[in-house]
Amino acid sequence: MANSKKQHRTVARGALRRFLHNRMAVVGLVIFLCIVALTVYAVFAVDFESTTAIDPPNRLQPPSAAHWFGTDEMGRDIFARILYGARYTLSISFAATLVAVVIGGIFGAAAGYVGGQVDTLIMSVMDVFMCLPSMLLAIAIVVALGNSVGNLIWAIGVSNIPKFARIVRSSVLSVRNTEYVQAAQVIGTPVIRIIFGHILRNCLGPVIVQATLIFAMAILSVSSLSFLGLGISSPTPEWGNMLSSARANMRNHAYMVIAPGMAILLSIFSLNLLGDGLRDAIDPKMEL
Amino acid sequence: MADTLIEVKNLKKLFPAGGGLGKKSYIYANDDISFSIEKGETLGLVGESGCGKSTLGRTILRLYEPSAGSIFYRGRDISRLPHREIVRSTKMQMIFQDPSASLNPRMTAGKIVEEPLVNHRLCGSAAERQERVKELFRHVGLHEEQMQRFPHEFSGGQQQRIGIARALAAEPEFIVCDEPVSALDVSIQSQIINMLEDMQRELGLTYLFIAHDVSVVRHISNRIGVMFLGKLVELAPSDTLVREPLHPYTQTLLSAVPIPDPDVTRARARILLSGEIPSPIDPPPGCRFAARCPYAKEGGGRCTAETPALKEVSTGHFVACHLV
Amino acid sequence: MDKEQNNVLLEVEDLHVSFATPVGQVNAVNGISYTLHRHEVMGIVGESGSGKTVEALTIMGLLGTNATVDSGSIRFDGQELLEKSEKDYVTFRGKEVGMIFQNPMTSLNPVYTIGRQLTEALTVHDKGITKKQAQARAIEMLTHVGITQPEKRMKQYPFELSGGMRQRVMIAMGIICHPKLLIADEPTTALDVTIQAQILDLIKKVQQETGMAVIFITHNLGVVADICDSVTVMYAGHIVEQGSARDIFYHTKHPYTQGLLRSTPSIDPDNNERLIPIPGEPVNLLALPDGCPFARRCTQCMEKCLAEKPPKTEFSPGHIAYCWLYGEGKEDGTHG
Repeated sequence: MANSKKQHRTVARGALRRFLHNRMAVVGLVIFLCIVALTVYAVFAVDFESTTAIDPPNRLQPPSAAHWFGTDEMGRDIFARILYGARYTLSISFAATLVAVVIGGIFGAAAGYVGGQVDTLIMSVMDVFMCLPSMLLAIAIVVALGNSVGNLIWAIGVSNIPKFARIVRSSVLSVRNTEYVQAAQVIGTPVIRIIFGHILRNCLGPVIVQATLIFAMAILSVSSLSFLGLGISSPTPEWGNMLSSARANMRNHAYMVIAPGMAILLSIFSLNLLGDGLRDAIDPKMEL
Repeated sequence: MADTLIEVKNLKKLFPAGGGLGKKSYIYANDDISFSIEKGETLGLVGESGCGKSTLGRTILRLYEPSAGSIFYRGRDISRLPHREIVRSTKMQMIFQDPSASLNPRMTAGKIVEEPLVNHRLCGSAAERQERVKELFRHVGLHEEQMQRFPHEFSGGQQQRIGIARALAAEPEFIVCDEPVSALDVSIQSQIINMLEDMQRELGLTYLFIAHDVSVVRHISNRIGVMFLGKLVELAPSDTLVREPLHPYTQTLLSAVPIPDPDVTRARARILLSGEIPSPIDPPPGCRFAARCPYAKEGGGRCTAETPALKEVSTGHFVACHLV
Repeated sequence: MDKEQNNVLLEVEDLHVSFATPVGQVNAVNGISYTLHRHEVMGIVGESGSGKTVEALTIMGLLGTNATVDSGSIRFDGQELLEKSEKDYVTFRGKEVGMIFQNPMTSLNPVYTIGRQLTEALTVHDKGITKKQAQARAIEMLTHVGITQPEKRMKQYPFELSGGMRQRVMIAMGIICHPKLLIADEPTTALDVTIQAQILDLIKKVQQETGMAVIFITHNLGVVADICDSVTVMYAGHIVEQGSARDIFYHTKHPYTQGLLRSTPSIDPDNNERLIPIPGEPVNLLALPDGCPFARRCTQCMEKCLAEKPPKTEFSPGHIAYCWLYGEGKEDGTHG
């Protein structure tokens, strides 16, 4: 028992070493952790009223010591709204990614592992969905189901399923016929353990990269839908709808767009870097 | 024949070769193959790439589903048994050609060797299992400290040792060795060959030893089967096969084997074939070797019209040729 | 003496080649020297990591950007190759030295026809040649290497040919400009034994007809015994033994060569002895030990072997070994 614990430790240490070796990934991780930390901090420190209460005398203030990112056209503190809005943008995106990863992963793995008719059927359906731009698909779903946080998650999640299923299927296919999978069959490993322990475990690299990319895309989608008025709507703060309402004053008060814009950009950027680092970290073959 | 461990009867394995619409075409990887393997012996299988020798090994293990024919394990037909039953009731294992490809790159060497123990519930507790893995590591000449390393941190020879330890962990009585040394350097090959011989003696194992290197097969096998384009063309005790090969293909193959002795190798006559190996897709009737055979003309039209059957010409010496 | 000098085609002296890799410096070739005469077929034998391929690529000027020739000289027909620029090499490769590789599939360009690749080899070196002449030469070459229906093959793509046929095309490409030297890097390793026999016979035939010299790189001692006049045995980037084929196979001196011969299974049905393997694992080129590179796997290893590089001993003209068993360079034919 002690031995296997020790074994886990060395494996984890190797992964950490490989991750730390990728400097850009560390930068991505640091930025992303800061964003998450600020979001969590906001859950306790910023209340809903203070981000929605109108304060006309202080409207359209440029950044200052009192209002770090300035105030908007209703006099609300932009910094507080960005912090508060992060919980919506990030949690909806994360949940949507989870939907895409789990459902897309199951479909993709089934298509790749079972093959034949099942593969043809699943992938034909996916191909039909792929024909629609995912944004358009998401808009259609929200319009059809109505405007709510739950529907937003499903809309963005479902629109990313085909992309993810494709990646999983192709990686499963490439691993399925390797000799170590045959070896596992010979030594009597049950099918479920072959799928999870041998096949999916070796597909993790591309899957993790794709998942972080989808997370990043989901952030963009949540913001875009809200920007279009289909997602989270004012007065609830969300990065997309903040951008939307800032448009009117963009010419004279550029800081109003820069703040939510930067929030979106930094989250996506850090996630992309993070994905690359994770791929390297989980691959024991990566030499340093 | 009380000691027959494996018996293969009229085994066929066809792979679809595209075709799409209209008539389907097939690759005849194994075509009507019959032989048996006695307990404790090593049956060698030689042939050139594409002759179906690896497919045969994998079909016996049911990694591929046979298209027709039967496989008997200790007298019981296993060719239609569900996989779970195969795992439960047979003791068959395999050693693969490419040691780096046959080890899961994300599992440590210790975990790889431990897996069969878990699958077959061969040890009571996790601690016992660890002990057994250590024992297996020592058995194949590895150190227990290497248990926590990943496959890519080992040399090719060491990787093959891990593969052998994994096969041994399942406590097999029959092992299909599919080109187990051809990916290794000469100096390492002999280490592995000796180890396989020792294991056989100590554990009473039975081997099906598949390789393209005739010298290696000759060295390790009691009997040798020669395959050509999906057909078993000759089967005989090793010495007999090397001394008196009867099938023209076996003669050609043996005469082409390079011998590390300048005087011997330069003095002997080599049978050089004209032409290329025909395609295994929907082969024409007759002997598969007829198109390249130097004697096919002597057979009249028979060699290209009628498929020769494998017949016993002297005790234990089988050959499939109209002219013998 | 003059005549002897004139008879020398290739002279490699104290060549060192290393590679920079993320894990450190790999010392692939560590001070090798040899002489190749005109019309000679020399085998270079070694296992993976012995440096035999790197050595050949150095002659051809085909080393990657992460490789450095640290020291040494390669004189080919009087010219120093290591001083050549990449531009000089373009006219040198193919014309002076031809090369064939292990994998004929990856060394032929899949998107060009056989004919185009063959004629291109000609027009690069001979600007004056007309298209028609080049075509004729290419067809003549294909016939020469035993390819039937050469006109038809000229229009085919590499994937349409079998492995043996592709290797024949590679040989045709290697010798189409009548080079003085052909380097064959494991040309039969990827082929079946019956095809290997055909290709070996072809190389022998072409060599006898053209009189070119051949460096035949392989790990297969049987192939060496068949085709080579002289043999160089390499281990971990060092030459360990050199001599005529008869010297190497019948008067083996170096423990590594002896080990290789003893660990090779025999086809002879009367030989049922257990193999005697070389113990241990291949040497790590990242951290080469002091002394003899083979010492740690050698059954006759002495203390001296671990500390100092072994001296060169000449047993008969041309038969040399680098081993402490034979003392301080003194001639001694009693061992082995």
